[in-house]
Amino acid sequence: MDFIKSIDLMGLLRCFVVGGIICIIGQILIDKTKLTPARILVIFVTTGAVLGGLGIYKYLIDFAGAGATVPLLGFGANLAKGALQEVQTSGLLGAFVGGVKASAGGIAAAVFFGYLASLIAKPKIKKQ
Amino acid sequence: MNPIETKQQYSDYVDKKSPNSPILKNCFNAFWVGGLICTIGQLIMDFCKYQGMDETSSSTVVSIVLIAISAILTGLNIFNKIGKFAGAGSLIPITGFANSIVSPAIEYKSEGYVMGVGGKMFTVAGPVLVFGISASVIIGIIAVLFTA
Repeated sequence: MDFIKSIDLMGLLRCFVVGGIICIIGQILIDKTKLTPARILVIFVTTGAVLGGLGIYKYLIDFAGAGATVPLLGFGANLAKGALQEVQTSGLLGAFVGGVKASAGGIAAAVFFGYLASLIAKPKIKKQ
Repeated sequence: MNPIETKQQYSDYVDKKSPNSPILKNCFNAFWVGGLICTIGQLIMDFCKYQGMDETSSSTVVSIVLIAISAILTGLNIFNKIGKFAGAGSLIPITGFANSIVSPAIEYKSEGYVMGVGGKMFTVAGPVLVFGISASVIIGIIAVLFTA
């Protein structure tokens, strides 16, 4: 298949390494601090938004592709990028519209699939 | 041994008694599982681009597909096992965000669909959205002030 031939193996390797390193940072936060997972996710999203807002994160995305966009840092950076882009076209209104607009697919998918899963799956009995 | 009187003594006592978490092994597992999830994302992205989609749409498709996969794995109770093994490796990618929504949605089904599923869904994801969206609005406002 032509698609298989078109895959950039070096790009995949950069994606793997960068994505992995970002997860190591998260793992160190889990092991070395007493932060709860919720706090760690909040830290990652907010850091991503700040890095995205400063225009730094896009260099990492250019370098690592999904290795930078799939971790939650990328979710934050995407929120910031959306807000900045929308500000250019609709001013102050864009500050409120842009972020969620850019991330709408992910948010809606998570809510929808969460609801769908709750309809189908049975809650497991917690074993202590 | 001496009785425990202060918080510091208690904290030292807990540190002494609790097993040392094998941080190197945890980091290694987080690295390769996290890297693998991102690589799957990249393959989906490459495929979308190959089909002629633009960068932004491809990126959104990657999120939606990874979220759907995490929802299925959470429903089948497989995600939990991956999470225990990989730690941050499955938490930090968008899969962790999806799991944080899907898992309580299933767990609190017994409390009803409105306040159970609908309400508890955002126990972890809520704060993520609050701080993420607020940060984006602040960044947008700063951008307006600086361009004006």
